Amino acid sequence: MNMDLSRRAFLRTAGAGLAGTSLGALGFGEVEEAHAAAIRPFKLAATTETRNTCTYCSVACGILLYSKGSLAKGEKAEIIHVEGDPDHPTNRGTLCPKGAALLDMVRAETRLQSPRIRKAGSDKFERISWDEALDRVVRHMKADRDANFVAKNKDGVTVNRWTTTGFLAASATTNETAFATYKVVRSAGILVFDNQARV
Amino acid sequence: MTNSWTDIRNTDLVVIMGGNAAEAHPCGFKWVTEAKANRGAKLIVVDPRFTRSASVADLYAPIRQGSDIAFLMGVINYCISKDKVQWEYTKAFTNASYIVKEGFGYADGLFTGYDEGKRDYDRSSWDYEIGPDGFAVVDETLQHPRCVWNLLKAHVATYTPEMVERICGTPKDKFLKVCEMIAETSSPQKTMTSMYALGWTQHSKGSQNIRGMAMLQLILGNIGVRGGGMNALRGHSNIQGLTDIGLMSNLLPGYLNIPAEREKDFATYMSSRGFKPLRPGQMSYWQNYKKFFVSFQKAMWGAAATPENDFAYDWLPKLDVPAYDILRAFELMHQGKMNGYVCQGFNPLQSFPNKAKSIAALSKLKFLVVMDPLETETARFWENHGEYNDVDPSKIQTEVIQLPTTCFAEDEGSLTNSGRWIQWHWAAGTPPGEAKTDIWIMAQIHQRLKALYAKEGGAFADPILNLHWPYKNPADPTPEELAKELNGYAVEDIPDATDPTKVALAKGKQVVSFAALRDDGKTACGCWIYSGCFNEAGNNMARRDTSDPDDTGAYLKWSFAWPVNRRILYNRASADVQGKAWDPSRKLIEWDGSKWAGYDVPDIAPTAKPDTVMPFIMNPEGVSRLFTRGMMRDGPFPVHYEPFESPVTNVVAPKIRGNPVARLFKGDIEQFGTSAEFPYAATSYRLTEHFHFWTKHVSVNAALQPEFFVEISHELAKEKGIVNGGRVRVWSKRGSVKAKAVVTKRIKPLICDGKPVHVVGIPLHWGFTGAAKKGFGPNALTPFVGDANIETPEFKAFLVNIEPLAGPTV
Repeated sequence: MNMDLSRRAFLRTAGAGLAGTSLGALGFGEVEEAHAAAIRPFKLAATTETRNTCTYCSVACGILLYSKGSLAKGEKAEIIHVEGDPDHPTNRGTLCPKGAALLDMVRAETRLQSPRIRKAGSDKFERISWDEALDRVVRHMKADRDANFVAKNKDGVTVNRWTTTGFLAASATTNETAFATYKVVRSAGILVFDNQARV
Repeated sequence: MTNSWTDIRNTDLVVIMGGNAAEAHPCGFKWVTEAKANRGAKLIVVDPRFTRSASVADLYAPIRQGSDIAFLMGVINYCISKDKVQWEYTKAFTNASYIVKEGFGYADGLFTGYDEGKRDYDRSSWDYEIGPDGFAVVDETLQHPRCVWNLLKAHVATYTPEMVERICGTPKDKFLKVCEMIAETSSPQKTMTSMYALGWTQHSKGSQNIRGMAMLQLILGNIGVRGGGMNALRGHSNIQGLTDIGLMSNLLPGYLNIPAEREKDFATYMSSRGFKPLRPGQMSYWQNYKKFFVSFQKAMWGAAATPENDFAYDWLPKLDVPAYDILRAFELMHQGKMNGYVCQGFNPLQSFPNKAKSIAALSKLKFLVVMDPLETETARFWENHGEYNDVDPSKIQTEVIQLPTTCFAEDEGSLTNSGRWIQWHWAAGTPPGEAKTDIWIMAQIHQRLKALYAKEGGAFADPILNLHWPYKNPADPTPEELAKELNGYAVEDIPDATDPTKVALAKGKQVVSFAALRDDGKTACGCWIYSGCFNEAGNNMARRDTSDPDDTGAYLKWSFAWPVNRRILYNRASADVQGKAWDPSRKLIEWDGSKWAGYDVPDIAPTAKPDTVMPFIMNPEGVSRLFTRGMMRDGPFPVHYEPFESPVTNVVAPKIRGNPVARLFKGDIEQFGTSAEFPYAATSYRLTEHFHFWTKHVSVNAALQPEFFVEISHELAKEKGIVNGGRVRVWSKRGSVKAKAVVTKRIKPLICDGKPVHVVGIPLHWGFTGAAKKGFGPNALTPFVGDANIETPEFKAFLVNIEPLAGPTV
């Protein structure tokens, strides 16, 4: 949810209005305007505020992400600040040493930029396109599935399973990703399927 | 969690055992502080280390890792012998009065039916006596010698305070103080919450650790009440969700089961899932199993799942083993029986036990696909990093394809926290480079695989070709579309039950909740327990109303909690048999003469009469289980078993090593060490500055905790000539690591059965990628064995040796 009026902007406007009232009542109208103009707008007032959840533990603290540019408006958006969501019932705006440093996770130098391949026996990754990468993945999967799919067990019971390729699901992806993953993995007959619940 | 983080404020006593919330869940731990400050609640911490949770505890008791069952059975023994039991609750809401079959028994650490060769039990005697009326036989007076209560009493009698001290190393006076404080919560007006995490699960008897505390909470009447419960803190932001949606080898979404191959057809599969009530008048909610299953199949295969083809039952893969868990997967890989593996945001090289085995296993794959926002050690397992990853790339033939994904900040959707709150979040940033969402990647894999099968044919393609894929843009489904599928919808017009001329729910409309699901194929639902999350009222997961009438901590209008927005599970048990709150100051729901109502969504049919329908509606008994029948592989009651690598012999069952039914693979048994060779009891854990292997990529966290270290006591340091800040080598039978030594008063030797046991603490977090210094972590050392029921690896208790290394002290 990209709110039209960010919390910071709201506070700033409300604060200025209040000051205007008291100063205005004392007959200092122009002073107030001059004063307001003199104050550099708080940096975050020019950003887009987005509600999100901390990616680490399952307390699931509410966080506010501030970005330059708005995805909702189709712009490129660069996240420049992260803080705890003061409205969230659990964390009430607080963050731990991990959550407080989330911005550096988003902007980590080791974020992956493009698909890559490490060929058999090679000592390096090489850049490839998404099309090449995905076609290669699917080609590997189909070759293995066609060679090792078990339609019936030795007693003739239909088992339709594929156990020579496995899938290890994540722990921080969304439920919607989880369901898309479930559909794709199970429809292929994969049984070697697990997630990070245990470790 | 049965309860929620914000509910912890309602408690009188917090027991943190098997976890370390102050460091691992800091912002949730604030509710413990809140309860202490505002209610005068007390905090007990039981842990091998004096953690930051312990530093603010009212009582800290040390314990040897892997001995929790002895401790917990000891507390139950204390409560029973001192008559500190919530009797009305125990008699009405547990199976204390149920008579167990003749023939059931327990001796020398084993229950009846043990087969040493199979490392398994014939569990047929672990069940209730069934009367001529088809119901379980009970003795409400608890006089019958074979009623559950008397069996439990006899079972826990072994665990005296003296025995607890011998096994656990917990001084008797400390143990008794813990017992006294816990026993006070047997009052209906007092409650206790259990906060635990992987300190309990990561043992070869992890499930029984948790059962032990659940049994204690039940006899104290602390389940279903505000400020009570069994609260699994859980590690990752959506590991609850991933498990709920069933991304495990043996699950379908919503804790339904993947069929086993002995269930050759749908009728056979359903025949063991009748869930007939075991006592008169009980709900036994799993009787609706078929509705949830059929609705799931409709979500999977749409129009291709028909009554004629048993809703495509044959298209589900059938298991030939209990589960293809991670340990079995890496064992099969190691044997050369697997060719491909896909890791989606998971770093098994660092996270799985016995790293040498993991490298050997991955090296035998033909292809490995890694989807991740960050570099991982797994994606680079073939790369030489000196002593941190000593491999020869030219000898590893695995092709690795690395796919960059978005992270949380660039992705929209829902995450389920440990309190079952499903919270929606929105994307704020443009992904770096060419990174893509996981949904897009999975859709691409499916679409491309489907196209290949359509063009070329191949092994049984029907389930792929017919996978229901109703998205506006098949190449990139939206999170909202997927969330609506999870909620469920009408596949065709559903007639009104009372007036068939009317339509109750029109085709294409979202079902209001799982109560609307059907077994005739007229509804589809991806995950029945999530139903209600996105219905015709809209996206309930995105709700942000912070109202909380009377400050109960429920926050019913904030997000959506499964099931049906219920915040405290089993909440009907917060009221007595007549339906009045046990503690009027902590009222949750009550019976008003015609229905249940209060601060939470009742966990019972709203009109179910209080003295007839019992609170544990998912169980065919209607009550909770102190004796768990044949449902767990290692026994209907927890037994103290030592870890597979233990510094001492099991004093209650000297002949038994580890858990007698835990699955062992051949090559791993030979790699278990003994205390003669490896005298020190090691354990692994997280630090508050780090999160697993992710935050070493974050400059701030890498600066806060830059380097791998191990923690030992002053006593052990002196014995081994190790100085604080010096370098040490730590090794097990499986591997060796080098680390800086932190010599601390926070770890002290324990006296177990008369001899000192030294604990070596080994934090995880380091590897060979990221911004922190390269380091080893504990998993080069940990043993390859899991819990007997669910195969969680035994990371928390193993044996090592330690020696000082030459080199500069820091």
